[in-house]
Amino acid sequence: MGQITLQGVAKRFGEVEVIPPLDLAIEDGEFVVFVGPSGCGKSTLLRLIAGLEDVSGGRILIDGADATEASPAKRGLAMVFQSYALYPHMSVRKNIAFPMKMAGVPKGEQDRRIEAAAKALNLTSYLDRRPGQLSGGQRQRVAIGRAIVREPAAFLFDEPLSNLDAALRVGMRLEISELHNRLKTTMIYVTHDQVEAMTMADKIVVLQAGRIEQVGSPLELYHHPRNVFVAAFIGSPKMNLFSGSVAAEYGAQNIGVRPEHIRISADSGKWKGRVGVSEHLGSDSFFYVEDTGLAETITVRSTGEVSLHHGDTVWLTPAEDKIHKFDKNGDRIR
Amino acid sequence: MATRQTQGLARLMRAPAIILLFVWMIVPLCMTLYYSFLNYNLLNPTMTSWAGWFNYQYFYTDPAFFEAIRNTLVLVLGVLLITVVGGIAIAMLIDKPIWGQGVVRILVISPFFVMPPVAALIWKNMIMHPSYGVLADVAQFFGASPVDWFAQYPLTAIILIVSWQWLPFATLILLTSLQSLDTEQMEAAEMDGAPAHSRFLYLILPHMARAITVVILIQTIFLLGIYAEILVTTNGGPGTASTNLTFLIYRAARLNFDIGGAAAGGIIAVILANIVAIFLMRVVGRNLD
Repeated sequence: MGQITLQGVAKRFGEVEVIPPLDLAIEDGEFVVFVGPSGCGKSTLLRLIAGLEDVSGGRILIDGADATEASPAKRGLAMVFQSYALYPHMSVRKNIAFPMKMAGVPKGEQDRRIEAAAKALNLTSYLDRRPGQLSGGQRQRVAIGRAIVREPAAFLFDEPLSNLDAALRVGMRLEISELHNRLKTTMIYVTHDQVEAMTMADKIVVLQAGRIEQVGSPLELYHHPRNVFVAAFIGSPKMNLFSGSVAAEYGAQNIGVRPEHIRISADSGKWKGRVGVSEHLGSDSFFYVEDTGLAETITVRSTGEVSLHHGDTVWLTPAEDKIHKFDKNGDRIR
Repeated sequence: MATRQTQGLARLMRAPAIILLFVWMIVPLCMTLYYSFLNYNLLNPTMTSWAGWFNYQYFYTDPAFFEAIRNTLVLVLGVLLITVVGGIAIAMLIDKPIWGQGVVRILVISPFFVMPPVAALIWKNMIMHPSYGVLADVAQFFGASPVDWFAQYPLTAIILIVSWQWLPFATLILLTSLQSLDTEQMEAAEMDGAPAHSRFLYLILPHMARAITVVILIQTIFLLGIYAEILVTTNGGPGTASTNLTFLIYRAARLNFDIGGAAAGGIIAVILANIVAIFLMRVVGRNLD
């Protein structure tokens, strides 16, 4: 079981309110991702759940029981840190065994769980090495192994992939998702990378300045962002935002169109512009169109190979049914 | 950087410094070795003659000799024990954020700035003196009779004084080590359910192993040569109860003007220091890898 409920949880550091009171319910077995720009309070929120920071107000319920005042060890949660936080002078085996040793798990049971975790994480041949002798990805797996053997109610991940290179990151992302499918344990995952959020989450919590901007499934956030912030934050490349007369045309303060919802053409369309930088990835092409008079640059994504080059005059046509409209408060107009 | 040419050049450039250091070390050692085989007394410098092993035999048969070696080892080990244990404790205390942290840290470090004879005199006359020392007042307050430290426990008194002087050094080195401990590691241990004493035993102590080794090795070098504190407090007495090897050599050279005997003592001290060094490197040196 791993059901976590936050009721009016707030955090202040002195005078500074990092997290205004917020409510959030995390269901058992869910993969929840906290995402937001750096400094938005997502790590603080995770540390509040872990018990590494004291709340300034509100209650934290784990499986219905009040855990607000419980020590981190008593909450039954396991955390994977950004720096992995492995114990450098212990072998991998001892690192993984440490939480069980502290909990007084019998030796035979310890060995059984270590073997199981090592097998699941491909660590069997590294068990007697020190963390210093392992690569970043392997250290990451040891940190996860140390979390698994505790059989926690929920896993907490604090930007676990940010120290890995791009290729390893994609691999570990799949491994963590795979682990979640196998264990069916609640996982809370903090990241500033919206691609990680979109690919892994059952439920994304978008945070800004400690406030929850929107909670929903990845596609919900993609198709129905509740406000300008979420619209701009979710999606890669970023959504194009327009204000002024173009927006007024649609009866809105701001309108947004995702790059993939704009058609680019060399001879006809709605908006005229000039191709700036273009990026050809084979499967997709990205064009940064300038001099439209609507916005600084408009990003356009087009599938397949399109032969347009720097300086070419082009015409852009947004897909009318995919335009997001926002009022003067930045909220979505339904 | 590592081409053959630059390596040769580097060797050439290093050579003067290395040769100077080598000469600086080897000449006094050879002279001491040479004197140790001479009958050479400053009271009668014209009567210098070859003595063979006599000076060594004389030193060896001196009843104070073995006591001096024992005192040297007790002094070194006693101070090491107090400074390492005390240093860890104080370092952990002042590592915590407290009000007035800067002032407290300076206060903790300040004994290191007091020169040894001054420190020893302060302890002798203002703290451990049986009639007007602070400790005597404390003893009287509790109705006990004051302890005459330098008469009753001379070696213990000197160990306390030297420990007081070296505690800041140990604290400083151990504190920097403590500050480099990864906070996420401690938080991970906390989440893993390790109570404070387990975190200390399994994480903090192994993390500090290297710093502790540095403290032990550096302090041993200096503690083997403790001299000023003994001179101004007990003068090696009562009898030879607080005479260490350094002080015994001083007695031979400066009180008996026996250069040959003192040189032999010096050579013995060098051998003892090497034995201690080898022993220490075996026991704690692997932490430095």
